[in-house]
Amino acid sequence: MKSLADLQAIRARTLENINMRKDEDACRVIIGMATCGIAAGARPVMLAFMDEIAKRNLKHVTVSQTGCIGMCRYEPMLDVVLPGQEKVTYIHVKPEMVPRIVSEHIVNGHPVEEYTIGAAKD
Amino acid sequence: MELYRSHVLVCGGTGCSSSGSAKLIERFEDQLKEKGLDKEVKVVRTGCFGLCEAGPVVIVYPEGTFYSRVKEEDVDEIVSEHLLKGRKVQHLVYVDHKTHESSVQKSLNEIGFYKQQQRVALRNCGVIDPENIDEYIAFDGYQALGKALTEMTPEQVIQVILDSGLRGRGGAGFPTGKKWQFARASQAEHKYFVCNADEGDPGAFMDRSLLEGDPHAILEAMAIGGYAIGADEGWIYVRAEYPIAVKRLEKAIEQAHEYGLLGKNIFGTDFSFDIHIRLGAGAFVCGEETALMASIEGKRGEPRPKPPFPAVKGLFESPTNINNVETLGNVAQIILKGADWFKSIGIPTSTGTKVFALGGKINNTGLVEVPMGVPLRTIIEDIGGGIPNGKKFKAVQTGGPSGGCIPASLLDISVDYDSLTSVGAMMGSGGMIVMDEDNCMVDIARFFLDFTVDESCGKCTPCRIGTRRMLEILQRITEGKGQEGDIEKLETLAENIKASALCGLGQTAPNPVLSTIKFFRDEYEAHIKEKRCPAHHCQALLNYEITDACRGCTACARKCPVNAISGTVKQKHVIDTQKCIKCGNCMATCKFGAIIKN
Amino acid sequence: MENLVKLTIDGVPVEVPAGTTVLEAAKKAGIKIPTLCYLKDINQIGACRMCLVDTGARAFGAACVLPVSNGMNVKTNTPKIRSARKTNLELLLSNHDKKCLSCVRNQKCELQQMCIDLGVEDTDTYAGKMNEYDIDDLSPSIVRNNNKCILCRRCVAACINTQAVGVIGPVARGFKTQIKCAWDKSLSEAACINCGQCIAACPTGALHEKDSTREVWDLLNDSTKHVVVQPAPAVRAALGEEFGIPMGTSVTGKMAAALRRLGFEKVFDTDWAADLTIMEEGTEFIGRLKNGGTLPLITSCSPGWIKFCETYYPDFIPNLSSCKSPHEMEGAMIKSYWAEKEGIDPKDIRVVSVMPCTAKKFEAKRPELSHDGLQDVDAVLTTRELARMIKEAGIDFANLQDEDFDPMLGESTGAGVIFGATGGVMEAALRTVYEVVTGETLEKVDFEAVRGTEGIKEATVKVGDLDVNVAVAHGTANAAKLLDSIRSGEKNYHFIEVMGCPGGCVTGGGQPIVDAQTRMECDPKALRAKALYTEDANKPHRKSHENASVMALYKDYLGEPNSHKAHELLHTTYTKREKYIK
Repeated sequence: MKSLADLQAIRARTLENINMRKDEDACRVIIGMATCGIAAGARPVMLAFMDEIAKRNLKHVTVSQTGCIGMCRYEPMLDVVLPGQEKVTYIHVKPEMVPRIVSEHIVNGHPVEEYTIGAAKD
Repeated sequence: MELYRSHVLVCGGTGCSSSGSAKLIERFEDQLKEKGLDKEVKVVRTGCFGLCEAGPVVIVYPEGTFYSRVKEEDVDEIVSEHLLKGRKVQHLVYVDHKTHESSVQKSLNEIGFYKQQQRVALRNCGVIDPENIDEYIAFDGYQALGKALTEMTPEQVIQVILDSGLRGRGGAGFPTGKKWQFARASQAEHKYFVCNADEGDPGAFMDRSLLEGDPHAILEAMAIGGYAIGADEGWIYVRAEYPIAVKRLEKAIEQAHEYGLLGKNIFGTDFSFDIHIRLGAGAFVCGEETALMASIEGKRGEPRPKPPFPAVKGLFESPTNINNVETLGNVAQIILKGADWFKSIGIPTSTGTKVFALGGKINNTGLVEVPMGVPLRTIIEDIGGGIPNGKKFKAVQTGGPSGGCIPASLLDISVDYDSLTSVGAMMGSGGMIVMDEDNCMVDIARFFLDFTVDESCGKCTPCRIGTRRMLEILQRITEGKGQEGDIEKLETLAENIKASALCGLGQTAPNPVLSTIKFFRDEYEAHIKEKRCPAHHCQALLNYEITDACRGCTACARKCPVNAISGTVKQKHVIDTQKCIKCGNCMATCKFGAIIKN
Repeated sequence: MENLVKLTIDGVPVEVPAGTTVLEAAKKAGIKIPTLCYLKDINQIGACRMCLVDTGARAFGAACVLPVSNGMNVKTNTPKIRSARKTNLELLLSNHDKKCLSCVRNQKCELQQMCIDLGVEDTDTYAGKMNEYDIDDLSPSIVRNNNKCILCRRCVAACINTQAVGVIGPVARGFKTQIKCAWDKSLSEAACINCGQCIAACPTGALHEKDSTREVWDLLNDSTKHVVVQPAPAVRAALGEEFGIPMGTSVTGKMAAALRRLGFEKVFDTDWAADLTIMEEGTEFIGRLKNGGTLPLITSCSPGWIKFCETYYPDFIPNLSSCKSPHEMEGAMIKSYWAEKEGIDPKDIRVVSVMPCTAKKFEAKRPELSHDGLQDVDAVLTTRELARMIKEAGIDFANLQDEDFDPMLGESTGAGVIFGATGGVMEAALRTVYEVVTGETLEKVDFEAVRGTEGIKEATVKVGDLDVNVAVAHGTANAAKLLDSIRSGEKNYHFIEVMGCPGGCVTGGGQPIVDAQTRMECDPKALRAKALYTEDANKPHRKSHENASVMALYKDYLGEPNSHKAHELLHTTYTKREKYIK
């Protein structure tokens, strides 16, 4: 290491990986991962989120799990919480929907209305 | 680099290691692999979280769920429930003794034990993997060194430390910037920068935790200090009884060398700095700086008179600066965030935070870091969670064997250097031992003096013989053989030793005696005049007695090793106080609470 | 221009050079500060806490190590200071074996004097548990009684700093601290050179010589034995001090008279053998010079130095002169030459040496210093022991009339006398070597360059057409320094004198003890040496080869210096010794 820039490079590279331990301003993706969620295919969705975040090299995004929210018929379902905003709940999420949620909601701040629980037609 | 969605932090400090945290890590790794989660969840061994009473401790991020007293078999449940299904394992989550808050509902920093704390020195402890330099760097590590070397002159570095008001955390509270200035002012070909990691106060372990949890912070601070005073070599004097700390320091030095953060021409500048480790054999007196240097040099660890001060003539006869571990733990952040930021914490005469090792009769034993100037009550009641078993708080001993006790009446005292000294206690290295109504203050004084008598190096007369004579008097008093005039004799000896001992160890050794006499003179008098221990602690002064609650079950008589208890079945029994050896077996045996001591 | 510092001590303004200690400055102001662990030039560690002074700092400072600074306001006589000093003294007394009346240092003990000076009223104020230690009396020279030790560490400093030996040090810690050898070994099992500088440094009776007075009284009482005595040159320069005679007074005549009154059959003088040594050693030197022998030649008179060389610098053993030390030569001649002349069976002779030295007690027992199964010397008394015997015998030493030594083995030249001071052997040798080599008379016999108390002295002396490089070292730490410079090739000498004790024999480990306070006021090394140089100057003969009885010895008995017979009786061998005895 010969310069501060070298140090910054290491810092940046490591930080994204351990940010979750201190980042309180992170965007959080919370996926229902109870038996119902897993049965409905929540794991592939979660893995898709992780792939997408890694691919886009997004910082300040954490993916975490939660238990059954009680509306098992909508599984797989998940919440996206941007700092300072109300949570947005997506339902019947499939892995192929994930790139749009990431690019439109997480990156650009516009929820994908048609996937949200508000758009449910029951 | 892999991206993980969750991190499982397992405390690898000495406390949690000894309660089996290494096994937990193995089990986590096995279980995660089995469930196919090993690519998603990372297990990290960190330094101490502070709440050692609740160890072994595991924290799961990003939720920040704090699991306490985790056993090996609990790991499976955490993995299958929390990590796989996202359901926190409620019964393992730590619950605060006093507020009943837990990290189920609240984030970690909101719980009672942590709420009032402010982590500056310990900021990375329990957060990063201490054996991974990248994680330290990610949390701003070595930025301060880079800044100091490339943007600041040594004088500017010293000025920032001076302005910050940082004072030595090892005991006396000497301004760190001043120390650096003195060392800088000495002209010499070689200078040394020494880290004093010879933590010796009974019950104190903040330095150990810091070294174990954030070793790079110490290396970085030493390099910054070395640059400031003009030293090219650093020494860490650390106790051999701290094997984990030593191993992590060795690893950290190696990693820092690999990255060029130690060694020749750091950050491409003219500054070169190397650090060596010297293991101490655990003598308390080697924490005294001149004794510490003698020990590094391979000589008998004994203090020598000052002057000459180390800044003029220190290690290997060269100008030397010595700072304590916790002091150094603040340095990098002060350089990065500025003197004003540091001054904004604490009070003007004692800036920043102080780490305390909370022990004794308190619910949350462990490490706490608070801003200087918080009321002692906050530490004892809010953070410490009060006294267990509904007992009454009596006093707290601060500053270990060199400090003094603070009684309940002074519980609202501000915890800072000058306030503590003004009541005859001292900040010391930050040991805080809480005593309740069952503690005899004469015996407490005896306990601490016993320690210093044992640890006296034997060089100067007052410490070698004087403390020993004081101990003999205290022993006599607790054995019911105290004489009229003993208190005065203790006071005369204490004042003389304070004024005439060669080093800080001797000069402060009488403090526990003086302060207990000051605040609990009545207890001394009760021992001496009435042959009575008000706390019912001193065995020789106790009498066991059977009350009318006795049902005559004979259990006590059968347990008595000297047949001092007599009585017939279903009749009240009697203890022969002449025969009784005060072992307490009968009292422990009685199911009816019919045996009392007074 | 010296940097001067101005300060006030007890209101007295003082001006002293920077670097002066408060203790020294106070002395200048006429203020005596009590000391126990302080020993000028040897031990300055601030450990005993008797010299406490108040400078207004948080705690009192130790004047012996506290440097003066400008504007300093020192108080040495306040109620608090007096109380602190007295308390510390009483604490020392609480762990000190106070059998003062039967102590070898009774009335010569600095601790006792301190009790008088500070007005201690009760020696049991802080009575408590006392340490009980076994007395180490296994060494042939030195007895250590740690029950009387006050842990001032003056002995430790003398051993390591003055002598570069360092076989004693603090062991264990706190109240259990004691001064002893590593691994609980006795001094007899350590690489001690028996020099006794530790005894000379001790303020109390914790260290003293292994007593031989009983043995000598018994010999004197044995009518079947011919008991003869020989005092070393340095004894006469100091013995008087034990009887109130001022330091630096030579008491040769009184000493001879006293020895005779004690009952010795013959009172000979080691000075005679000193002249003999010069004949042998001078001849050996000339031989080595001429025949390309091992150089530099190093003197072998001092048994402390010999053991030091054998143990720590064994590579220099070939450089050591093969000459026995003077009193061993005298012993050998008494039991051969004198015995033959007097017609006495050597088995019935007992030789007692009075030496300024404790190492001589060890030396006398060396198996190689014997002939036909008889040790050359049978008993060795130190100067202090002789003084005790004179007192016990009721001899009024100070008022004795001077007497002469017995003829033959009691006659000496000035060259023999100065053996007792550092540089003396070298000077005596040069006087003889010069005349033997050149065949000319030496006009100026005083070699000033090798006199004095400088640790290492060097000179180049023109002997005929040869420049002889000589060096003199005293105190084995200086010897070590000198040998190191030879080892490294930095220095090159022909002839070296080494004396084990600093100052040479006049301040040997067996001489009257000079307390720390006196050492601050005068230099015993210089004062006692002066007594010997004066005696030398007043002698009719000042060169060893002018000693008529020595010449007669060669003519009648030995033939010539370094003859076969001389070698058999007057020369010896040395052995490499291990530092660590298993």
